[in-house]
Amino acid sequence: MSGETATSAITHTHYRRFDRADRILHGCLMFSFLGLAFTGLPLLFSHEVWAARLARLFGGFDAAGTIHRLCAVVMISVFVTHLSRLARRLFGQKDLSILWGPSSMVPQPADFFELIGHLRWFIGLGPQPKFDHFTYWEKFDYWAVFWGMGIIGGSGLVLWFPEVFAHLLPGWVFNIAMLIHGEEALLAVGFIFTIHFFNGHLRPEKFPMDSVIFTGRVTVDEMEEERPAELERLTRAGRIDEYVSASAPSWVYRVGRSVGAVAVTLGLIMVALILFAVLR
Amino acid sequence: MIRAFTLCCVLILTLVGPAAAGTPPQAAPKPPTNDDCLACHGDAGAVRGDGRSVAVKPEVFGASIHGAGGVACIDCHADLAKAAEFPHPEKLAPAQCASCHDTAVAAYDTGVHAQARRTSGNLTAATCADCHGSHDIKPSADPDSRTHHLRLIETCGRCHGNEEIIKRGKIAIGNVVDLFRDSIHGKALIKSGLSVAPTCSDCHGNHDIRRKSDPTSRVFRKSIPDTCSKCHTGVGRLYWESVHGTQVAKGSPLAPVCTSCHTAHDIRRSDVEGWKLEVIKECGTCHEQSLNTYRDTFHGQVTALGYSRVASCADCHGSHHIFPKADARSTVAPANVVTTCKKCHFGATASFAKYDPHGDPENHARNPFLFYTSKFMKMLLFGVFAFFGIHTGLWFARGMQVKTAGRMRRRKGQDSGEDGE
Repeated sequence: MSGETATSAITHTHYRRFDRADRILHGCLMFSFLGLAFTGLPLLFSHEVWAARLARLFGGFDAAGTIHRLCAVVMISVFVTHLSRLARRLFGQKDLSILWGPSSMVPQPADFFELIGHLRWFIGLGPQPKFDHFTYWEKFDYWAVFWGMGIIGGSGLVLWFPEVFAHLLPGWVFNIAMLIHGEEALLAVGFIFTIHFFNGHLRPEKFPMDSVIFTGRVTVDEMEEERPAELERLTRAGRIDEYVSASAPSWVYRVGRSVGAVAVTLGLIMVALILFAVLR
Repeated sequence: MIRAFTLCCVLILTLVGPAAAGTPPQAAPKPPTNDDCLACHGDAGAVRGDGRSVAVKPEVFGASIHGAGGVACIDCHADLAKAAEFPHPEKLAPAQCASCHDTAVAAYDTGVHAQARRTSGNLTAATCADCHGSHDIKPSADPDSRTHHLRLIETCGRCHGNEEIIKRGKIAIGNVVDLFRDSIHGKALIKSGLSVAPTCSDCHGNHDIRRKSDPTSRVFRKSIPDTCSKCHTGVGRLYWESVHGTQVAKGSPLAPVCTSCHTAHDIRRSDVEGWKLEVIKECGTCHEQSLNTYRDTFHGQVTALGYSRVASCADCHGSHHIFPKADARSTVAPANVVTTCKKCHFGATASFAKYDPHGDPENHARNPFLFYTSKFMKMLLFGVFAFFGIHTGLWFARGMQVKTAGRMRRRKGQDSGEDGE
């Protein structure tokens, strides 16, 4: 009991997790994703009354289309910026840690064992695995978005400039582009607004919200509970001090919490509308 | 009432008086002149025994085509020509229009109004006077006439726009006048006063109006294109050449005629957004599969949302001049399809036109690549949601369990702490 009081007295000590650029990129991604979802899904569910209302809310189909394309430009820019940052780390700084090891997003055998361990823990067959910097579900989120960028972004560009792409591809590709643009969008929206929201914010340990993506910092408690392997690894390497940081300014928390709450609410509304349309 | 009575007495005395005074009784009675009749009926207060007016305004009759033409009262009320006693009996034979207008009455007798009166005893159905009036009849060319082109809608509307009469007369089609008023024809006629805009009789005829189920009717299914073509001549010619027209000519009971798409009374401008969107459903009543596959495309989704800027059926297939794809005249025939795409997609090429605007992910023979892509996407979606659905459900249950256990442990710890103090 006294030990717990002692730790909570020093919860002002934080560890850095995301740098400013990552947070800004995630913010832009979030904003453009919501914009794309809310202007795109009315088309996919065009027979629903809510779809027509939503399209009208954005100023009609023409305006909604323009917003959709603007958001697409923002999202593609986020993707390109991310890729160029990776390239700079890899080729400029010769930082090979992004290709393998605990700081890499590349799936590794450890992820598979952690997944099995985690599932065993769910059903009470073992202890919770000790996670490092990136967990298997975070990697899945990352690669799902990565794949989605290629598939939705690529098909979206084909549908945006069909006359241009018709010089390179036969017209029936537009049928396929249309299909996968819609289905993949449904997958992305369904995944982000349910699974990602749950993993990130809504699961009992985090409810109602984890603000790490807005503040970039985790508390010592969180680090001990959620990423003991990372804490241990960095402590053993004597590098943990590089990550120690003060708490983010309180306005960052306030803004983060508000933006997060709005995004989660909008996302869940969209999920409800989709379920209403699919199950009816 | 008293005045009328006095008048009648005076009249009786004038007519009967001389006879009583010794005119030879064997002479046939002289038929009454119009002035004789108006002596009683010209009084505004003239009524029958039950109080209904029998007044005839002399100036109104004088201004009517019959009055101006010197037609005598007894030409229509023929039984009064031989009447010996006045005032004559209240019950007279109906005015005999047929004695002059025999062709019109013969035509009327073949029509729906006469038929309704004859076969089902439906006395609500119109007779001559219901449309033409009685003592005030004017020629149709006269703008004041009930049957003038611009006024006919009011005349027909007295019954066909009157809910009570529609109910009483069991008029199946309902209130068509309200529909017509808002139609392109109705607006042109009523609002703009266009004499070339059609009124009821232009499609239905006048005296020989027949049911649409009657093969001799102007609005019988197969005859509708010809009826519309009386004005829409150019469109009519295109239509009869089209796949729909040739099918109708062969007697197809399903192929559309003008009204199938345009409706009968509620016809709207074809460039109005609402109509452009609704007619899509009309095509879909027969071409159901094509409508379903269209709805899965960008074109179909945008129109379903309520915006008509993108292609709908007629933009690609044409409207009156539709041909099957195999016909070289078709806008979607292989040789013409690029031109058709180019109407909107200026840069369209032969490769561009390989897009299938009715692509069907379920149809392996027509869209093999789409078929397999769709299967793959369905599996991907199912796989991801199934796995993470279970993953999330289990995590939630375990997370809640750990959280409650932790809370209980903390509470216990607190309790023992207090005990210690």
